[in-house]
Amino acid sequence: MGEVIVFTSGKGGVGKTTTTANIGTALALLGKKVAMVDADIGLRNLDVVMGLENRIVYDLVDVAEGFCRLKQALIKDKRFDGLYLLPAAQTKDKDAISPDQMRKICAELKEEFDYVLIDSPAGIEQGFRNAVAGADRAVVVTTPDVSAVRDADRVIGLLEAGGMDDPRLVINRIRAEMVRRGDMMDIDDVIDNLAIHLLGVVPEDEVIVVSTNRGEPAILSRSSRAGQAFRNIARRLTGENVPLMHIEDDAGILQRMARLVGLGRR
Amino acid sequence: MLGMFQHSSPKSKDIARERLRMVLVNDRVGVSPHLLEDVRRDILKAVSGYMQVDEQHMEIALRTRENSVSLVADIPVQQVLRGAGPGK
Repeated sequence: MGEVIVFTSGKGGVGKTTTTANIGTALALLGKKVAMVDADIGLRNLDVVMGLENRIVYDLVDVAEGFCRLKQALIKDKRFDGLYLLPAAQTKDKDAISPDQMRKICAELKEEFDYVLIDSPAGIEQGFRNAVAGADRAVVVTTPDVSAVRDADRVIGLLEAGGMDDPRLVINRIRAEMVRRGDMMDIDDVIDNLAIHLLGVVPEDEVIVVSTNRGEPAILSRSSRAGQAFRNIARRLTGENVPLMHIEDDAGILQRMARLVGLGRR
Repeated sequence: MLGMFQHSSPKSKDIARERLRMVLVNDRVGVSPHLLEDVRRDILKAVSGYMQVDEQHMEIALRTRENSVSLVADIPVQQVLRGAGPGK
């Protein structure tokens, strides 16, 4: 019996879809059987980020309405053993599916897969309620800015009110150089304000843009710092204890040397 | 060490952290209207061992100023109980 994990944020544009795609792929590379579900009906994107947009035949709403069987709608990612995508419908809206239907689909997927990752739409309305309905755990994605953290706090409150214990936080797109200058909130600034445990921190990384252009998850790039962070998060989700990487590490070599000899600010 | 080259104006991340703290205080109170009622009940419980207060005219509220939020309680005291206190 697998586990259903929803990736949610409240605010849009913080990297839910990128996070879902990379962690899903990383889990598959760890030998797990993974289904990624795009719950953003009407604004599907996980297919594009994964480079699977040309292979869609059926979608989530088709499954919910009984137009096809679940197996027919699941797209197998041929690049990665054990990785599947259940795409969202693009021409319907959020009301095309109900929390009950989502619960049923999640229950069926759990039978077959080790991990079912749900990419939630932004917002806290029907689409969000659908996305979390069948989930066992939740990962809240935020960026280190006031509006995203505020929305994350709201979502954490809603998750807990809905009986979801112990959601975990991913802080995405953190920029070490700006944190060092004092122009971006650091991990503690975010965590201290939210009643939630940290799952991981992902540095801002140009590789994400390039990999999204290509439709290839960034974790495939060995040199990508964000990719490394996502691989670490995937291992933590499996229960492995992986220490946080130092976000400072991507500083320029000169700054690193300066700090080494005690010249730079910490 | 590089302090002498820095501006004395507050760092933008400190401004962000402070604004975040304020906005969360307000959001959380707004989201749970029962919170203040619970606080009121617990304050009453806490003071009742020391003094008799006028529950009907008790007021409790969160006041937001420029950059702080205060819990303001106005509790009319009717009588202080003699000999009451911790350890009794």
